[in-house]
Amino acid sequence: MSLIIQGGRIIDPVNGRDREGDLLIEKGRIVKVGKTLSGDRRIDAKGLWVVPGLIDMHVHLREPGYEYKETIETGCRAAAAGGFTAVACMPNTNPVNDNGAVTDFILTRARSAAVSVHPVGAITRGSGGEGLAEIGEMAEAGVVALSDDGRPVRNGQLMRRGMEYAGTFGLPVISHAEDLDLCAGGVMHEGVVSTRLGLRGIPSVAEESMVERDILLAELTGAALHVAHVSARGTVMRIREAKARGLSVTAEVTPHHLTLSHEALLEYDTNLKVNPPLRTEEDRQALIAGLADGTIDAVASDHAPHNIAEKEVEFDQAAFGMVGLETSLPLLLQLVHEGRLTPVQLVERMSVAPARILRIKGGALSEGEAADVTLIDPDLSFTVDAARFYSRSFNTPFLGRELKGKAVYTLLRGKPVYRDPVMKDRK
Amino acid sequence: MDRHSPETRIISAEKMAELIQDLAERIVRENPDLTDVILVGIRSRGAHLAGRIAGKVREMTKVLLPVGILDISLYRDDLRSRIDQPELIRTEIPGPVEDRNIILVDDVLFTGRTIRAALDGIMDLGRARKIQLAVLVDRGHRELPIRANYTGQYVPTSLEQTIRVRFSEDGEEDGVILRELAR
Amino acid sequence: MAWGKRKDLLGIEDLSREEIEAILDTAESFKDVSLRKIKKVPTLRGVTVVNFFLEPSTRTRTSFELAGKRLSADVINISASSSSILKGESLKDTAWNIEAMNADILIVRHRAAGVAHFLSGMLDCSVINAGDGAHEHPTQALLDLFSIRERKQKIDGLTVAIVGDIAHSRVARSNIFALRKLGALVRIAGPGTMIPLGVEAMDVQVCRSLDEAIDGADVIMMLRIQRERQEKSLFPSVREYARFFGLTRQRLQGAKKDLLIMHPGPINRGVEIAPDVADGPYSIILDQVTNGVAVRMATLYLYSGAKR
Repeated sequence: MSLIIQGGRIIDPVNGRDREGDLLIEKGRIVKVGKTLSGDRRIDAKGLWVVPGLIDMHVHLREPGYEYKETIETGCRAAAAGGFTAVACMPNTNPVNDNGAVTDFILTRARSAAVSVHPVGAITRGSGGEGLAEIGEMAEAGVVALSDDGRPVRNGQLMRRGMEYAGTFGLPVISHAEDLDLCAGGVMHEGVVSTRLGLRGIPSVAEESMVERDILLAELTGAALHVAHVSARGTVMRIREAKARGLSVTAEVTPHHLTLSHEALLEYDTNLKVNPPLRTEEDRQALIAGLADGTIDAVASDHAPHNIAEKEVEFDQAAFGMVGLETSLPLLLQLVHEGRLTPVQLVERMSVAPARILRIKGGALSEGEAADVTLIDPDLSFTVDAARFYSRSFNTPFLGRELKGKAVYTLLRGKPVYRDPVMKDRK
Repeated sequence: MDRHSPETRIISAEKMAELIQDLAERIVRENPDLTDVILVGIRSRGAHLAGRIAGKVREMTKVLLPVGILDISLYRDDLRSRIDQPELIRTEIPGPVEDRNIILVDDVLFTGRTIRAALDGIMDLGRARKIQLAVLVDRGHRELPIRANYTGQYVPTSLEQTIRVRFSEDGEEDGVILRELAR
Repeated sequence: MAWGKRKDLLGIEDLSREEIEAILDTAESFKDVSLRKIKKVPTLRGVTVVNFFLEPSTRTRTSFELAGKRLSADVINISASSSSILKGESLKDTAWNIEAMNADILIVRHRAAGVAHFLSGMLDCSVINAGDGAHEHPTQALLDLFSIRERKQKIDGLTVAIVGDIAHSRVARSNIFALRKLGALVRIAGPGTMIPLGVEAMDVQVCRSLDEAIDGADVIMMLRIQRERQEKSLFPSVREYARFFGLTRQRLQGAKKDLLIMHPGPINRGVEIAPDVADGPYSIILDQVTNGVAVRMATLYLYSGAKR
């Protein structure tokens, strides 16, 4: 039984393809990419982009421990609906993924999930910042990177040790860069808006100084450093310099930092409370420029589901974070529509680069490889609607927003894991 | 304005002056001791009328009666059913009302509710010795047991009509206007 | 009078100049009520006003309570210790419970900025912000403006110096918005740790020293220094703060004859303001307290008509 995806625009930067064509899938693998192929079943992809399955390298699936916010199952269904075929999940669950047993648990649960799950292990025990986690054991169990995401590794010496030790197992280290002393309990970007609102601010320097420390440590240890959720202009600059020096430094940015700035907080909407915070328009422009010129390698949603009870509270008390899996691609497509990013760049940042950074399969439509494929209708307009979310949580400021373009068909190893209703009308 | 047509001038400027003169004469006649009288106009047209009466009394007796303004907004009983709060004008009574002879002055006496509010307002300012009421026009339809001591003219009206007294102080020609409410 | 149909008073920032002036004008009438023998009018009979104070405050709470009572409203006080918040009930649930008692006006004081916005989006009753964190304290600014206008007959063109912990002061924020809208020039001064980032965008002049700020000023507003800020390294010691930013008689030697000195209270005598200055000829600190009731009566009166 073979499947043919016919007449779509195949965008596959790794293989240097960007043209109309057909994709033939058999037994879950890509058999052939070319023209006028035929197969048993056929998907009409006319007007659609056919791209390697998107990879979100930074999500919080909340399981184990916070199943009321999200589970591996619901999070992965949301991922599939967002056009993703793989996600990397952060270790700040309860218990924290700081040993092989938790990694095993996650991977076991993920076996029946809609998309591939790649766990990220903690750098320090319980992400507590004191003493290394059992990194070797986690590597063996299948983690793809290390991070104490949600908090920084405060102690520079420990971060150095983590990088050195991670190198032994060939794992990249993902830095959640935040100087907690400089943050001082802040809840939004420190600047004109925080001053008007009387909210405690998180200065950009809290991120920049930590990124600079971690770049220097990466230089010292030779570690592969990946900077999570870059938010400030100065950080982009520092990463650009580090890359120019030839260091193994990569970075990601979230869709919300690319599309929103701190002015949006004027009505105290807690769905806009994220860490790192939304910064100025100048920062936002620098992030877009950095993403376009490759300084920032990847887009990652930092999908952070929270129950409504954790958001419908005083701004100071509200949890940080927003869900992103189901809005990530549409928001990035806005940048494509605005001419800030080419379609090829979008695929590069949302699929190719994450696979490369995490050293996992995917990111290409190569013959013989697993058929993880996403079909995108770049012009399909829709309204972001909580009722249609697959995620268990809907803490996003984009509810009600009209967006143009989304994933309409997601295939994992040749099997559909998401199909938009509009695909029914296609023969 | 177009909602209130047609309008009829039922009392002319000359006639209005006569009525005011008449009110002033009766006030002087009924209050042999004018020294403790304060005229208190209910804002804003009652205050105009009080000023006019004071003028006439002065012409007749050389006594200058003190004139105050009373804003009854805070004492109204229909506040909660309104959408906009009425704009407040400062209540200004010259001197304490304690033991004085207060003559409340208003342009039109209708349901009596305004006067009820004014009585409450005056009484909260102190214990007057006596409170009287002077109005230019009594149009009937009382909803409370209230009667004026001095009335310029009785004007029978229906509830489909409105009465409006105009004063030159507001930049209009003196007179009393009757309008039919548009249906 | 430029009074729209506003439901909530969340901050001065939302108000127009005309609206601010309308509140001040209305307050004149209520000041008269406060000065007479029977200090009560029946205006808000049957209206339920809830004083919801989740942060200790005697002055503001009492002022609102008195304002409500002088308007014949039924005033209920709910404080942090008497509410179920201590028992773990969320703010949302507590607020819904209060509204279920058919409150018409909810006056809220809370240590977190944005709480008044949060409640206003949730409740049908009018919400009046009585201070939310470091955000705004609109009725304080209104009473300050009322007190200045009463003495100076105008706000336009006056130079007002606000001195102290601008960064953490809701009084400063509300006053900056209000004074700028009414045409006053605003200078601010305080140690660098207490001047918030980007405050210039609020159209104020940042002064290096107390002397620079008060030179030729028509009004000086001193802010209360919270001693606990010392622990957060905002200033090294109370003694040093008083030396560089405390208002003393010596510093006032070149002051204008009709200078006004204000303080939102409660005062730290000898810290931000010397006792002889606080009680001295320029001080209108007690006027502020008296006027507070009149301004809050005006606020309750104007906002009571707009239940959604």
